[in-house]
This record gives sequence, structure tokens and C-alpha cells, in this order.
Amino acid sequence: MYEKTLTQLAAALKSGEFSSRELTAHYLQRIEKADGQLNSFISVTAEQALQQAEIADKARAAGNAGRLAGIPLALKDIFCTQGVKTSCGSKMLDNFIAPYSATVVEKLNAAGTISLGKTNMDEFAMGSSNENSYYGPVKNPWDLTAVPGGSSGGSAAAVAAGLVPAAMGTDTGGSIRQPAAFCGITGLKPTYGRVSRFGIIAYASSLDQAGPMARSAEDCAHLLGVIAGHDGRDSTSVARGVPDYVEGLNAPLSGLKIGLPKEYFGDGLDPEVEKAVREAVKVYESLGATVREVSLPHTHYAIPAYYVIAPAEASSNLSRYDGVRFGYRCDNPSDLIDLYTRSRAEGFGEEVKRRILIGTHTLSEGFFDAYYTKAQQVRRLIRQDFLDAFEDVDVLMGPASPTPAFDLGAKKDPVSMYLQDIYTIAVNLAGIPGISVPAGFAGGRPVGLQILGTHFAEAQLLNVAHQFQQATDWHLQRPAFAEEYA
Amino acid sequence: MALEESHVRRAAHLARLAVSDDQASGFVDDLSRILDMVDQLQSLDTEGVTPLAHPLDATQRLRADEVTETNQRDTFQRCAPAVENGLYLVPRVVE
Repeated sequence: MYEKTLTQLAAALKSGEFSSRELTAHYLQRIEKADGQLNSFISVTAEQALQQAEIADKARAAGNAGRLAGIPLALKDIFCTQGVKTSCGSKMLDNFIAPYSATVVEKLNAAGTISLGKTNMDEFAMGSSNENSYYGPVKNPWDLTAVPGGSSGGSAAAVAAGLVPAAMGTDTGGSIRQPAAFCGITGLKPTYGRVSRFGIIAYASSLDQAGPMARSAEDCAHLLGVIAGHDGRDSTSVARGVPDYVEGLNAPLSGLKIGLPKEYFGDGLDPEVEKAVREAVKVYESLGATVREVSLPHTHYAIPAYYVIAPAEASSNLSRYDGVRFGYRCDNPSDLIDLYTRSRAEGFGEEVKRRILIGTHTLSEGFFDAYYTKAQQVRRLIRQDFLDAFEDVDVLMGPASPTPAFDLGAKKDPVSMYLQDIYTIAVNLAGIPGISVPAGFAGGRPVGLQILGTHFAEAQLLNVAHQFQQATDWHLQRPAFAEEYA
Repeated sequence: MALEESHVRRAAHLARLAVSDDQASGFVDDLSRILDMVDQLQSLDTEGVTPLAHPLDATQRLRADEVTETNQRDTFQRCAPAVENGLYLVPRVVE
């Protein structure tokens, strides 16, 4: 069963080939056998999953099953899930049982999908390798000595290993697209505001966005249709209709205008990654697309701007962890200040502390204009680069990451880790959507082709990605690890 | 803009984060490298550019001023470290 895509599983459930209970039990068994090596889950909610599966089977028998009813999924442990531990990869929330569910979780439940559990992640979604988790690093199923990417590393590794057909991730600077690329799966970051952030533990609120991670663009289209839409509980969610993302998948690509940003093919790009991406672009030419070079002149200011804006927002968002209302509290606090400062020092990991300190410093008196105002000005220039490019072309293409997955422990210096996100981070600053699709291998590790569109162009991105996946089979390739547990 | 230990100390105080002397020097090193990278921004002329706070330039929507939430104090206090009679307990602040 695990070889099938989510779309194929939905068809098999519909035709009665197997029940949701059988399917759910199959994946739970794979998790039990294989996840000791991968560490992709923080919590597995087997009992609830089997109960939900029975409800889905009954609904189907009664003729009330929706398109995705009975499909098992996993949720990054950043989505509040009522009655279930929601840790955000942090010691701070190791004891936190969410008292309510995120809108994304409610929508998935209403669609009849089944949550198998909560996936591992970099603490508070801060990281590009999943090595910053309180629960230990996740391994890449293509090579257990490599990182799966981050921060949605657990979701990516679990899907790639066939422990679940699809998973939800979040993306603040590349956290869906980069792990999708590193693990050879398809991952979509929607337009900022397309999916409600309500109940998603906040990192940087003007950048955070949730999206699906699955085997194919078609799978992602099914899932985005469920989770997208306006939500009165998130003031930044956009009141705009949700199209049928599946309907448009088969539109032909003749006449599609593709732009290749020259800044995305410069120094630091692994030659094998470049080769795979250029081969993928040739496939598009054979499908009738035209290709031209474009420029996003402020690309190299994106990482510096992000490392002002994201930590600034994080320092504010993470001030809620005070050891009083929920989460970790230190032992025997001598007074209130000791309670605050020691609970936070003991509850947060190193990278989180670095970002809180950077954010607090850059927002503080005497530094605010030079850092924060400046970064927001640069943010406008970065967004304008994209808007200008989309005057001339329909989509942009390039690598999702300058290298394939690197080795565990390879990047000890925070700045060298940050520079990994050079091709993904500007997209969040601009608020546009992006998708990473498998496009080959470099040194035996997967390569992701990133496709970017203008605001709310998700249907187009999914169409463009799907057509590539009709012409190639990179997305269907599986690591040997997945077969070991067949 | 060079970062000094006093800056780290001030940020740690503002962020209510306990930082030992050993850790402080480590943070000075790490944060200095991050800020050196960030300082590339200073080379860009942004004269007259309006800061962008939100990618869609959206404004806050208003809603009717109605009570919509029910009282769930007991539920929300179940995940608190220490509560009594519906109140959160902290070390004594006023003697």
C-alpha cells in the first residue's frame, strides 16, 4: 500500500480495495518498524488514528465519505492538536497538551483524514537541518548519514520513507521546500494568507505559512484544497475564494513563459544540482514552454533582511513562554524574575536563544532604524524584484537548494547554515507561493526543482509541477530504506 | 556595528533570558558573525523606500464587537505549571 500516492490511495479506498483501518494499521506498522532509525515522529497517536479510521470506514459504508476520507497523514509538531502533545520540537513545550486545534487540523479532520501523529522538526521551526530538535536529529531515508533538511524535516523524511502518504509542514524561509528537495518529495508553500495560521505555533508571523508535503503535485493539490481558505481567527488570512486545484492540473503548458533568475545559478551552486535543474527545464521546453533569463537583483540581500525580520518577530512571539501559563517552569524559582529568566534559559535550545537575542538587540533603542526599518525597506525591494519578473514571465524556476542534503553535523557555524536558504528565503519575504519537485539526484541524494509564481498562483504552480511529473518519474523513486520495511 | 558583551547582556535582560558568563562570550561570537552578515544591508541605498511590514500590504479587518468565545478557563489552566482557585501561582511579588 505504501508505494501508492495519496491520490491512488483515495481511489483504492473509494473502490473498496482495502479499508481505512487496514491502510492506517499498515502505516502504523511501518512507523513502528522503521522510525527507530529515522526519528521522524515525536508522537505517534495510534489509538486515535485507528478510531478515526473506523469512523471513516463507517462514513464510506453510509455513502458520506468525502474525497480524502480515511487517508492517513502526519502533522508537523507545530500544529496545535487538541488533546495531543504539541511540542514544536522544544523542551519548553514537552509537557504541552494543546487545549484546541489549529484551523488546518480542524479542516483535515472535517475532510475525514486521519492523523498518525506529530512529526519532528527544528525547535520552533528555526533551522535548516532538523538538528535543532530537542528530540534529536531526523535522518534522511536516502542516506542515514545525511540530514533531511529543515525545519519540516520529520514530515519530509516520513513521506519519503513511506511511513505516511503525506504530511503537513510550515515554511517561514524554506522549511517546506528545502526538506522536500532533500528527501525527494513534493512540497508546496502557498501564498502568505492562503492558509490560516490559527493554532500554528508562531515563529515569524509575517512570513509563516503552512502547506502540504507529499509524493506528487496532484497529492498536494488535493490537500491544499482542504486546508486553504479564509479564517476569521487569523486576521492575516485572505478572504478570497479557493479554486479547485485538481481541476486545472491537466492544462497543457504550450506557451508557458519560464524565467530563470540568473542569481539562482551563480557561485556556490553544486554543478550536479545545476545540471539536474537545467535538464528539468529542457523537459519543459519539450512540453512547449519558452525559457528566458531574468534578474532578481536584490537576491543577495534576502538572507540579511530575513535575519533581522524573522528574529525580531520571533523575539516578540516567543515572549509568551514565561513559565507561568503553560510550558516549562524551572525548579524552585527564588523570585518572579528568576522564574522567567531560568525557565526560558532551561526551556529553549541554543539556536532559539540566538534568534531571541538577535531580535531583541535589533529592535532595541539605538538599533531599530539601522536594522529593522532598513530590513523592511529591503523587503519591499525584494518583493518588487518578483513582481517585475512576473510582468515578463509566468513562473520562475531554479534549484530549491544550492546543494543536495549535507551530512549530519557538517554545518556547525550558524551563518553557514543560514546561507543554505539562499533560494527559498526571498519567497517568504515577498509572500509568493513556491513548490519544490524532485528533479534527479546529485551524488545519490535528491535534487529539488523550485517553481515560483506570483501571489495566489498555486493552481498554476501545481499544474506546471504536475505536467513535469507526467513526463518524468523522479517523484516516484523511492529510497532503498523504504523497501526494507515492505 | 560591532557587538559588545554589554549589548548581549542588555538583550538578555530585555528578553528575560538567563545567560551565564561563559555563555555570554559564546553569544558575542555567534551574534557578531550573524550581524556581520546582516550588515550587508547597509551597502544598499534605500532612501525613500517605504518599509514593508506585510507581503500583501493588507490592513486589519474589523469585526462586530460581539462576545464569541465561551469561558474555558479550566481547560486552559490544565496546562499551567501551578494554579489555585483559577489563579496562576508565581513566587511572591509583594511582601
